[in-house]
Amino acid sequence: MITRGWARSVRWYLRELTGEAEYDRYCERHRHHHPLAPVPTRREYQVLRALHREEHPHSRCC
Amino acid sequence: MPTSAMPGTGLPVPPRPGRSRMSPRSVLLWATVSLLGAVAWGVLALARGEKISAVWLVVAALGSYAIAYRFYSRFIARRVLQPDDSRATPAERLEDGVDFHPTDRRVLLGHHFAAIAGAGPLVGPVLAAQMGYLPGTLWIVAGVIFAGAVQDMVVLFLSMRRDGKSLGQMARDEIGRAGGAAALIAVFAIMIILLGVLALVVVNALAHSPWGTFSVAMTVPIALFMGVWMHRIRPGRVVEASLIGVALLLLAIAGGSWIQNSSLADVFTLSPTTLVFCLVGYGFVASVLPVWMLLAPRDYLSTFMKIGTIALLAVGVVVAAPVLRADAVSKFASTGAGPVFAGALFPFLFITIACGALSGFHALVSSGTTPKLIQKESQVRMIGYGAMLMESFVAIMALIAAATLEPGLYYAMNAPAGLLGTTAESASHAVAGLGFTITPDQLTHAARAVEEQTLIARSGGAPTLAVGMSEIFSGVFGGTALKAFWYHFAIMFEALFILTTVDAGTRVGRFMLQDMLGNVFKPLGRVNWKPGIWLCSGLVVAAWGYFLYTGATDPLGGINQLFPLFGIANQLLAAVALTVCTTVLIKSGRRRWAWVTAVPLTWVVAVTFTAGWQKIFSDDPKVGFFAQRARYADAIDAGQVLPPAKNLTDMHTVVTNSTVDGILIALFLLLVAVVIVNAAVVCVRAVRSPHPLPTTESPYVESRIDRPEQADEPLVGAGS
Repeated sequence: MITRGWARSVRWYLRELTGEAEYDRYCERHRHHHPLAPVPTRREYQVLRALHREEHPHSRCC
Repeated sequence: MPTSAMPGTGLPVPPRPGRSRMSPRSVLLWATVSLLGAVAWGVLALARGEKISAVWLVVAALGSYAIAYRFYSRFIARRVLQPDDSRATPAERLEDGVDFHPTDRRVLLGHHFAAIAGAGPLVGPVLAAQMGYLPGTLWIVAGVIFAGAVQDMVVLFLSMRRDGKSLGQMARDEIGRAGGAAALIAVFAIMIILLGVLALVVVNALAHSPWGTFSVAMTVPIALFMGVWMHRIRPGRVVEASLIGVALLLLAIAGGSWIQNSSLADVFTLSPTTLVFCLVGYGFVASVLPVWMLLAPRDYLSTFMKIGTIALLAVGVVVAAPVLRADAVSKFASTGAGPVFAGALFPFLFITIACGALSGFHALVSSGTTPKLIQKESQVRMIGYGAMLMESFVAIMALIAAATLEPGLYYAMNAPAGLLGTTAESASHAVAGLGFTITPDQLTHAARAVEEQTLIARSGGAPTLAVGMSEIFSGVFGGTALKAFWYHFAIMFEALFILTTVDAGTRVGRFMLQDMLGNVFKPLGRVNWKPGIWLCSGLVVAAWGYFLYTGATDPLGGINQLFPLFGIANQLLAAVALTVCTTVLIKSGRRRWAWVTAVPLTWVVAVTFTAGWQKIFSDDPKVGFFAQRARYADAIDAGQVLPPAKNLTDMHTVVTNSTVDGILIALFLLLVAVVIVNAAVVCVRAVRSPHPLPTTESPYVESRIDRPEQADEPLVGAGS
């Protein structure tokens, strides 16, 4: 049981850290603000996300 | 009281731990931590002539960090910055689900750490080990506590209070036009030098090493594969793609051993100059390609490797408990005539170790993505101060890895090629001339143990660290059989970091250049105009490529020449950041506490300006660029060739390089001086003014997030 709890925390952390969980958050937000509009699919969201990243470069330090 | 004064809200204010006394248990705990730290420092200080365990270094550092975090960072938070958790952060106010959204502090700590930590804290301490392990350790620990972590935390806080504004914008808003413009140009120029020097570390690590070159080259197809996986095959599945990527990466490292012994070895045995062109080409392509293809997957790969390897190294150091073979304080600390970098302990130790103690570049990250994601104001302490302490610990481990090597081997790897020659005999002889011993046999054996052709003059820090890490790792996992694997693992891991920094840096540089040039010719400023993208990417790549090329071909040893330039540049950026912090503290009526950033500012200005001054005006041709130029120019006039130059072309190269480097340092100092003078004027005005000068802090909005763990309703009227 304890190991399962651990595995869940690790998975949660990795999904949050890598931004994989962003899509879920996005959908929730989308449903809240535009209840009638269809939620973009994961694939469509990925394209949006890539476009956004294209125009907002992040600094990485040395 | 600053503008952050808390208005009367009906909200339950969290109890202020403030003046309440510490519980007996906590007193006992902190007394024990202090005692442990003190004992470890005592052992380090008093051990002379005997070899001590690296565990003492770890204990001394961790004890100091714990105390600094518990007491000093809390003091800064409560007395100086006064974060207010009832105030909505930009993440909450401007929430858009993309750039701004309140992020769990543990996740944000991971993000921030991955963005600030890279190859810097691994390289500097290795080079600084020439002065012994003690001066480096003292500077890393004291520097991070009083300067580096303070800078990161305060910049993060100020940027957070200004909706995540960048350092350049804050300089312009808080200091003035001239200061802002100078800061912007300085940031750009410093980034170019940084990219050139970091790329040079990769070139030196991969030159004539088919194993290393193969495994690093494989990171490109692996990243492309991951990109396609995350974008096309299984959109958004980052974790699984990263795990596959890491597995492939380990396979590529193992495969390198096979390549090295196959007929393909020649294809991957490249000279430094060829590698330079490969890297420049790669940098250009990476900057022009869509981010999802190469840059984003590399970033994930690098983050996973970073966190994994650093954790592994920490375990390795504690379990293997290697003995420090380097002197605590070497003779080069006092003579300043060391072969790895020239110059006296003050100021050159303090610019050689930048990342890990104080790194100006962090100010760009702390005023970039992170402030837009903070959930509660008080978390700046954990994220700003805490992440920097973690980076400092990485630097300590790099120092340990270097200090566990036999000093003879260390110098055979890090002195310039011109001094060491190319054979084991010549290198052994040269090392003896420095006052250390290593037999040609030992040198050949050390190279064979990690399956490299040679370890002579593999400067740049990465190979030395890799040898040290392979010693530590093979002591814990796998024994001598895996030594070569661990060596190439370490090389690959450093190269991966650096290439990620180069990708991201080229892109950031391109945007900055487009922004600046857009003022002159409008279309260049458009981020999606292809010719503009190509032109600006090309210019940025050409700029750092120039330094990379001169570094790789410099007869005097590129790292030895360029690393001081990199260190000075990075610390000057810290001076700019600390100037902005001090100015804001004074302007917002917190003059009483301004010393918190003013003291490290004074220190870093003293260090960089002394170093810069010596680099420009010193009569010693080993230290002063213009003295060096004069020496070689005179010799050319007299028709002589001075070693280590081999012919007149080499002589001319030295003359050109030292001129460029000298002028650059002068330019950097000038730019930073403009910022500081401009800031001083503003500060005097602020002190004379009867009431606080206006700052650009965003107005107070009450937070709706009651507990850090439960973000519910978005704010009405704030954000989209």
